[in-house]
Amino acid sequence: MIQAANSNAAETDSTQDFVTVFVGETMFGLAIDRVHDVFIPAGVTPVPMAPPEIVGLLNLRGRVVTALCLRRRLSMAERTGEGSRMAIGLEQGGETFALIVDGVGEVLKLGADTHEPVPINLDARWRDLALGVHRLEGRLLVVLDVDALLAFGATHRTAGAA
Amino acid sequence: MDDLLREFLTESAEHLDTVDAELVRFEQDPNNQTILRNIFRLVHTIKGTCGFLGLPRLEALAHAAETLMGQFRDGMPVTGPAVSLILVTLDRLKSILGDLERTGTEPLGDDADLIDALDRMSAGPMPEAAPAPVAEITLPEPVSRELKPGEVSLDDLERAFLEAEGPDPFDAPAPFVAAPEAFQPEAAAEPASAPVPGRKAADAPAAEPEGGVSKVQTIRVNVDTLEHLMTMVSELVLTRNQLLEIARRHDDSTYKVPLQRLSHVTAELQEGVMKTRMQPIGNAWQKLPRVVRDLSSELGKQIELIMSGAETELDRQVLEVIKDPLTHMVRNSADHGIESAADRKSAGKPARGTIRLSAYHEGGTITIEIADDGKGLDLAAIRRKAVERDIASQADIDRMTDAQVAKFIFHPGFSTAKAITSVSGRGVGMDVVKTNIELIGGVIDINTQLGRGTTFTIKIPLTLAIIAALIVKAGDQRYAVPQVAVLELVRVDTATAQKVERINGSPVLRLRERLLPIVTMTGVLGQDEAADSIDTGFVVVAQVGRQRFGILVDEVFHTEEIVVKPMSSKLRHIPLFAGNTILGDGAVVLIVDPNGVAQQVSHGSQTGSVPIEVEVEEAEATDAKATLLVFKGGAGSYKAVPLSLVTRLEEIETANVEWVGGRPLIQYRGRLMPLVPADPSIEIRAKGTQALVVFSDGERAMGLVVDEIVDIVEERLDIEISAERSDLIGSAVLRGRATEILNIAHFLPLAYDDWARGPRKPAKRASTLLLVDDSAFFRDLLSPVLKAAGYQVVTAGSADEAVAILLSNGRIDVMVCDLDMPGRNGFDLVGAMRKIEGRVASLPVIGISSSVGAEAIERARTLSIVDLVAKFDRSGLIAALAELDVASLADAA
Repeated sequence: MIQAANSNAAETDSTQDFVTVFVGETMFGLAIDRVHDVFIPAGVTPVPMAPPEIVGLLNLRGRVVTALCLRRRLSMAERTGEGSRMAIGLEQGGETFALIVDGVGEVLKLGADTHEPVPINLDARWRDLALGVHRLEGRLLVVLDVDALLAFGATHRTAGAA
Repeated sequence: MDDLLREFLTESAEHLDTVDAELVRFEQDPNNQTILRNIFRLVHTIKGTCGFLGLPRLEALAHAAETLMGQFRDGMPVTGPAVSLILVTLDRLKSILGDLERTGTEPLGDDADLIDALDRMSAGPMPEAAPAPVAEITLPEPVSRELKPGEVSLDDLERAFLEAEGPDPFDAPAPFVAAPEAFQPEAAAEPASAPVPGRKAADAPAAEPEGGVSKVQTIRVNVDTLEHLMTMVSELVLTRNQLLEIARRHDDSTYKVPLQRLSHVTAELQEGVMKTRMQPIGNAWQKLPRVVRDLSSELGKQIELIMSGAETELDRQVLEVIKDPLTHMVRNSADHGIESAADRKSAGKPARGTIRLSAYHEGGTITIEIADDGKGLDLAAIRRKAVERDIASQADIDRMTDAQVAKFIFHPGFSTAKAITSVSGRGVGMDVVKTNIELIGGVIDINTQLGRGTTFTIKIPLTLAIIAALIVKAGDQRYAVPQVAVLELVRVDTATAQKVERINGSPVLRLRERLLPIVTMTGVLGQDEAADSIDTGFVVVAQVGRQRFGILVDEVFHTEEIVVKPMSSKLRHIPLFAGNTILGDGAVVLIVDPNGVAQQVSHGSQTGSVPIEVEVEEAEATDAKATLLVFKGGAGSYKAVPLSLVTRLEEIETANVEWVGGRPLIQYRGRLMPLVPADPSIEIRAKGTQALVVFSDGERAMGLVVDEIVDIVEERLDIEISAERSDLIGSAVLRGRATEILNIAHFLPLAYDDWARGPRKPAKRASTLLLVDDSAFFRDLLSPVLKAAGYQVVTAGSADEAVAILLSNGRIDVMVCDLDMPGRNGFDLVGAMRKIEGRVASLPVIGISSSVGAEAIERARTLSIVDLVAKFDRSGLIAALAELDVASLADAA
């Protein structure tokens, strides 16, 4: 994560493209080069005894993809009511993950001028997952660290072994 | 590195391996011109390519070796030293090639030593035939025609040779072609297309099979390309299935015929792609002749290696895994199995020992046999060693069959060799061999006869990628159960004869006069289930090792060949799943790992489970064993608690620890849980994470703070009871380390002041309970639990002692008795009690037993034993006692 933060600092001069996603009212940004796919998740197979963040497995064009819920990853309340969900295909270490979000917005090109560091009063869990915040017209965009998002499960492993 | 060079590297490596093997054959059969031609051709190709690519060092070496082989062909006697020299040269070539692969350039260095030796050797009888190496070696046309059939991928290079005209500086190739007489003139006259040489050319390959090198038309394909192809085909299959589904709904028959064809073609395509993953097992054997030859000269033995079934195909993934174990086993047979020539002669056997390696298909598996006609395993020595090493007791050893004893050689660190030779003890032991083979679902067996030899039989699945699986449904989900573990399916129903019965809530099934413990799939997976759902459904009878158990599922669909996909790295820690797969309808299902289920079940983590039915021989070995959780606590010392007492292991953020009244607490599952250090020297860390061992009793839970969770061990316990410290039961040696066994009864009151006083039944007079068990360990283990449940506990170590207590102490309300004690067992004790007049005769008894069988249940019933509880089932025992309380209160009212 430190590395990712550094690379982010190094690129402050240039603009960066972000895919925007929504969870509840909050808008998040994911670096576009990490996003492989945007699709509607269907036929998710739940995995018993899996870490809570993992919703299950799904079939994305013949590949088995691990679906994880951004809402649960950020310790946000479960969604109430119906509504379509979207999934973002991410890749890490040769494995594909699907990040389940409430909705996907447009791709934004953002420069360093609107970039702010992560506010220190943010929830610890959010602070670990965010790379920064962009001040946009009328709303804020939280930039998510994809590697940090996918770095979980290690603490569950010891407990799971019991 | 350019493509040409890469191609050359792969190809040369293969050629050199072939030359290795061929040379060894040639040494034994020096008159076989076919073999010699083969070797010569391969070395020549390497040499020629090196010249073309500008690799002078390789070229010079190859050239010198080729010259020597040319001398062989011209009639020079083939000697052992000469062959050894060529083999050494080949090794040097390989190492140079290795460097070339790593760096892209030929390494610096000098091969004058080898070249000189080679030259001297070839100069022996015919001094004039050793010409100096020259850079522009080209292939004379006749030779190139010989080369073509097998060397498809070198076509370009050869064309280049032909075009680059140059003098042939040495005369070796000429006799080479001259060997089949009358060939050369014709070929020279009409280089490419004359019908007569055409016939001759056809003759030459026809003679090849005798040489053993099969010339199959092949091309090289990158493995990734194949894997990708495989994925695409899977996708095609899914799409086809969707189409079929749509076609079924619409009655438009115009689709149907082309769809049928698409279906067929897809199936064939799938099969074809699968086939590309298969490779002949001979690829894993290629190095073995050389290994055996080197060994025989090193050890001064005469050994012949006979291989059959090299063309047997299996999945390349499996092939990779068994390659090293096979080499090791052949090496072992040569080193330990085969005796020296003198010993063999005095034993009346031929001086030359034989190692026979064979492979063949058998059903869905492939069987590999490694047989030697050596001295066989010295079972007496193994028995002795096993006792010396403390792997088994003398009594156990005496009962074991020869086959069981032989298996000790797979035990880590077990070697009966008197001295370690340079050959053995190179890191891979037989235990690693066994582990590797079991890793891919294979089994290994030994058959040995003293003085006659040893045969190892390995059975492995053809492929790891595709397995037959039973698709079942439990709860809302479908799961795949690998067919290999499934023995049979039994339909259970309350209305029919096959019904699930319960012992203290644990489901069991009578199956052909035996009792089969049952777990529910949903239960194992930690999902809630309706109590009545257990009565109907299907029992999948599974066998893992010697354990037999039934998995209850709601529905069974069909068997399907599934493609095993690995679990995501985030889910790999769940032992219950072996992977996942995509079914024909596109759904992802989890593949249940029967090993994981068996483990889960035998650790009793599913509440109310029955101990797994284990066949007798293993039960005897394990009955005195206890499973303990080992952790580090306080000044690096090792401590342990019986795993049966532990509820969970947790890792907490120390930031979340709260202090109330000077005592640490943590919010755990919506309640406050007190934390108690396992040792006074442990301090809760200021930051980071802290390991906890959680004990719970009903709604209360306590977190024991430890430094680090180390391991779970299952060992025979020999506790030295310590009297001085109330926090310890005593100490024992676990895995060679002195380990303190904690007395949990000491810690529970530290967490809750009222824990030990039986807070849940304050109004009731504490019942007095007599605990009868011959093992001091179990008495110590159960007493705190029973005390915590609100009983006054009196213990007895034998049936006689128990009778004495019962007669003298009139306050005993209930007896908990181990049924399988040595001497007078629990049944005898209860039988005797029932004959005594008065209160003792009607005393409620709960039996605890490590094996709950139908016979035991029947016997317990006749003796009116209230309940039978599995030995490690702590919560089951408490539940049985609680039920008893309710019953006795009702009686009183």
